Amino acid sequence: MSQQTATGTGPLRRQNEVKLRSRPWAATLILVGGLIALALGIAVSVSFGAADIKLPVVWNAIFHFNPDITDHQIIRELRLPRVLGGVMIGASFAVAGAIMQGMTRNPLADSGLMGINSGAGFALALVFAFMPNLPFMGLILYAFAGAGAGAAVVYGIGSLAKGGLTPERLVLAGAALSALLSALSEGVALYFKIGQDLAFWYAGGIAGTKWFQLKIMFPWVFVAILGAIALSRSITMLSLGEDIAKGLGQRTGLVKLAGALIVLVLAGSSVSVVGAVGFIGLIIPHLTRYLVGVDYRWIIPCSAVLGSLLVVLADLTARTIIPQHETPLGAILALIGVPFFLYLARKERREL
Amino acid sequence: MKVRKQKAISFDEARRRRGLQVLAVLSALIAAVFVISMNTGYIHLTPPQLLHTLLGRGTDKQELILFDFRLPRIVISILIGAGLAVSGAVMQGVFRNDLADPGILGINAGAGLMVMLLVSFYPATTAAPVFMLPLVAFVGAACTAAMIYALAYKRHEGISPIRLLLTGVAVAAGMSAAMIVLTLRLDPDKYQFVATWLAGSIWGTSWKFVLSLLPWILILLPYVIYKARVMNVLNLGDQTATGLGAAVTKEQFRLLGAAVGLAAASVAVSGGIGFVGLVGPHLARRLVGPKHQLMLPASALLGSLLVLTADTIGRWILQPSEIPAGIVVAVIGAPYFLYLLARTRS
Repeated sequence: MSQQTATGTGPLRRQNEVKLRSRPWAATLILVGGLIALALGIAVSVSFGAADIKLPVVWNAIFHFNPDITDHQIIRELRLPRVLGGVMIGASFAVAGAIMQGMTRNPLADSGLMGINSGAGFALALVFAFMPNLPFMGLILYAFAGAGAGAAVVYGIGSLAKGGLTPERLVLAGAALSALLSALSEGVALYFKIGQDLAFWYAGGIAGTKWFQLKIMFPWVFVAILGAIALSRSITMLSLGEDIAKGLGQRTGLVKLAGALIVLVLAGSSVSVVGAVGFIGLIIPHLTRYLVGVDYRWIIPCSAVLGSLLVVLADLTARTIIPQHETPLGAILALIGVPFFLYLARKERREL
Repeated sequence: MKVRKQKAISFDEARRRRGLQVLAVLSALIAAVFVISMNTGYIHLTPPQLLHTLLGRGTDKQELILFDFRLPRIVISILIGAGLAVSGAVMQGVFRNDLADPGILGINAGAGLMVMLLVSFYPATTAAPVFMLPLVAFVGAACTAAMIYALAYKRHEGISPIRLLLTGVAVAAGMSAAMIVLTLRLDPDKYQFVATWLAGSIWGTSWKFVLSLLPWILILLPYVIYKARVMNVLNLGDQTATGLGAAVTKEQFRLLGAAVGLAAASVAVSGGIGFVGLVGPHLARRLVGPKHQLMLPASALLGSLLVLTADTIGRWILQPSEIPAGIVVAVIGAPYFLYLLARTRS
């Protein structure tokens, strides 16, 4: 009898150990393979579209640019910024989600679900209405502020509740805040007749990405992701629980502040380029954690790569699934993300 | 002992009297907003003009504006407000969940998806067979409700309130996304329709929409009010209700069916207006107490008042452009939802 129980629990325990362990090999594989797949995805994405352009032409357009050839123009001005924008926002949203999930030990954390994206979006609506001539640099700063305000409201309401801050409560507060802010944004858009400028915000798309936006966004995203990687050791400790992290001598307040700032920068700058696209920050960190284990030193860079890959592929799907019409990227991601969310919301055990 | 009993009766009686007063005041308010709403719009009608037109002595243009544009829209606002609010009241009662609302639970989105599919098979949005709309919406809403129930249900645990809401919110997001993808596939021009539907604009604004909605409201609303006693008993909890002789599962099923029907028929002719089913019943409970005999009619009136006021404000505030009623309702309802969320225990 006792032997039976031993054999019964043995494999289970081993499985748990495997799950808890970090897998550097898998992570390295993902980093290398993911980057190769990403390069392929970018190449395919650049050559596919309303006008099919052969890969050699793409190569020439990038390295031997000739402004007289229409195809070169299309690639330089339309497709490249778009796909690079996709790479950046994919990485940003995914890393932001990973940090949020790790720091708060909340499996449902995602900048879209927590009201951060809609806060940034509402700030953009206000900027379009009241300061239409603000340069993109200023726009991004307002988006950061909006993202911060959104997060503050959602966490504030979540923690006001009797019974404390639960993941589900945060999601519900986020959903209500998003409903409120998108209603207000729509009102602002109607009042100031800026519906055209704001149209991207509802649908969420990277079609209109411009080089100048990428140039301004890139340093922020780059520094923030580097910061996230630098912070990753502390995030791993926090993900074990705040008490444990404190016991190990960590100044948790400082780490949380730094993490929050990184999240706001990543989400805010991405929203100011593509609008409120959700679910990337939910799906990718879970997937990555499943693949590479619980060490955030691996989770964060792998999330960045996989997030970029997801957005590039989703955008490719959005452009090709219905020829001639562009399906909003946000809708495609929601269709992938919702079943995943439902699965997570149902799951009994929460492993972070 | 005797005095005490008398006191209890008089308390009940006082509550009933107060409840009737509240209902009267609400009806008067609706009548007032009704009149204001008839005056509101791009083309202004003065009260004397309005009176003349109503008595059949106005110019053709005035008659056109009043009878063909404003009145049907006002009537529709009143009907869907009542439908959505009572639907929310029933859901809150059956699930014993303070935050339930057909919009938040994703049932409106399911109805909307089916409406969208039906509409997209016809060249012009208005050419769709109007009487089919509530029926098709009901099918969509019922399927969605079943799906949400199945997804939120767990063996040995049943349905936890928060998980139900969470599932509903997610399903609603998925349905909206599916709506965008599917309609783009069918007809790019329908995108505008989807956008206005999602924003919660009252789009069916002629008498035939009123006629298609009216039977649903006229049958289901009295049915639910007739079941008020059962709902009082259900509120006591499954075990107590069974002990008192109620066929709990059967009654819950019937009531939910009625609630889904009310919500579906309402959103079939309007946009996806959320939060009415949340705010209406809550205010009603505060005003007339938890007994459903009074609470349900009060919810209906409050819902009508809310949607009618929202639609009037939406037409008035940004003339000549309009703000969809759903946006105005969301601006009122979402903070209320947050407030309730902060108050309820997990």
